[in-house]
Amino acid sequence: MSAFHPLFASFGGAIEFILTPQESNVTGGKKVGGLEKAIELTLKQLEVTVLALALALIIALPIGLYLGHRGKGELLAVGLGNAGRAIPELAVIALVAALIGVGLVTVTPALALLGIPPILTNAYVGVRQVDPATVDAARGMGMSELEIIRKVELPLAIPTVMGGIRGATIAIVATATIAPLAGVVTLGDFIINQSIYGENGVLAGAILVALLALTLEGLLALLQRRLTSDGLKLQTA
Amino acid sequence: MRTDHTRLRIALAALLALALSLGIAACGSSSDSSSSEEAEGGGGAIVSNPENGNVNLTIGSKNFPEQEILGEIYAQALKAAGYKVKSALNLGSETVALRAVKSGQISGYPEYASTALTSFFGLEPEEVPSDANEAWEKANEEFEKEGLQAFEPTPFASANAVGTTKKTAEKYGLETISDLEGVSEKLSLYGSPECRQRIDCLAGLEKLYGLKFKSFTPVDISLRYNVLEKGQADLSILFTTDPQLSAESDKFVILEDDKEVFPAGNVIFVTKKSTTEKAGPDYEKTILQVQEGLNLKVMQELDARVELEKQTPKEAAAAYLKSAGYTE
Repeated sequence: MSAFHPLFASFGGAIEFILTPQESNVTGGKKVGGLEKAIELTLKQLEVTVLALALALIIALPIGLYLGHRGKGELLAVGLGNAGRAIPELAVIALVAALIGVGLVTVTPALALLGIPPILTNAYVGVRQVDPATVDAARGMGMSELEIIRKVELPLAIPTVMGGIRGATIAIVATATIAPLAGVVTLGDFIINQSIYGENGVLAGAILVALLALTLEGLLALLQRRLTSDGLKLQTA
Repeated sequence: MRTDHTRLRIALAALLALALSLGIAACGSSSDSSSSEEAEGGGGAIVSNPENGNVNLTIGSKNFPEQEILGEIYAQALKAAGYKVKSALNLGSETVALRAVKSGQISGYPEYASTALTSFFGLEPEEVPSDANEAWEKANEEFEKEGLQAFEPTPFASANAVGTTKKTAEKYGLETISDLEGVSEKLSLYGSPECRQRIDCLAGLEKLYGLKFKSFTPVDISLRYNVLEKGQADLSILFTTDPQLSAESDKFVILEDDKEVFPAGNVIFVTKKSTTEKAGPDYEKTILQVQEGLNLKVMQELDARVELEKQTPKEAAAAYLKSAGYTE
């Protein structure tokens, strides 16, 4: 046993795996990994994530905002949202795959299902938290209900709404690693095929997923700053 | 204030546009069938030995039905022999399983001799002996260098196989894998994620048969018949022990591996030498005894119970041990 935990020992190996193709025992001499492959899989992971997130947004955001605005369906928004977090993703993919086959059409909705709960719950809660006096004032100014949602409630709820979207993004990007089981070759390929890529490959896959998740998180944080109204920033500062 | 709204609107519009670029389609249906037959075996009932009561064993297996059934059979048999037995039947791959044996997390697990030779000891598929005993001896020799050992092989052997529907086979006149020459470019192949790069799978088909496929799509092993039924896959990587092959022989066929890219593997139980010594003579004896009845027909039947009739591996294993007279 070396002085270090084996994980540390292979960290350098994982970086090497990302940068240059490596030998493998079971491929009959063909090298595996390397920068080109790493980029290809990372882009696929990103593509799957963006598609699933978009689908989750068009489903969950309007519903969450509407329910929050009406102040109704708390049980639906919060209960469904919380229950949704317990969905076993692998089972969903297996189920959808059994029904409609494999590929992006299966993986996208299955992953979107993972993003819906946090977006729905946060949109609902965010809008509910808006000061009723502000909403009444907007109504008094003659705004329509839709205008109130768009121009008053949503802007004020942005930090909470974006919190939900960020949570959803992390959940989706991390879980997109199981997509190779349903025909979409994401970074999960490195992680589930240890017999081919070895431990270095597994760790390399994990590192790349983590980097991608951090990048997306950073971008969304930036977007949140830009979307948050100056008045709101002053309030929290 | 106004500019913030504009920004918000632009952002929402962008998200919406993104979302609209999605398309979702496809539909299908599913069907199932089943078959049942009693297993046969011999060797008499397992006798519980009180001396084994203070020996703890953990039986492992990889995480697909056939392996789980085997793991259960060994675990339940050893329990019947008086051992204290736990099981860990969800190990992801052979590398994980082997390491678990070496580190002592599991006492042993069933492995295909061919997989051991190619994956652990670097043999090319064509170098794997086709004789079960020869393959076992060769693997055991290598295992012994690492303080491990493999017990004698099971009667049945399992191998990967290129499978297709009867319809596709008839349409293109396919009987052997070599028949794919000239048509494989038009056919899509589905297999487990690791298949793509393995020499005893897609890489071997490309290298040793010189075949190029229209596409290769990785799917979970459990979907290997599903993709054929759905018409998504023209060809799918199956196992020769699959119960579907006998239960639905009018539907699925496997192509003969005329260049032997897919070495057949009998199952050998891999364990540590020191474990065998500690566990006493009943350990090896029990394992060899209960696997005696595992010929191809019985294994297919057990696989059918789990894959087609949705029994748990535990139930299937218990039924096998009972009907073969190993347990009450």
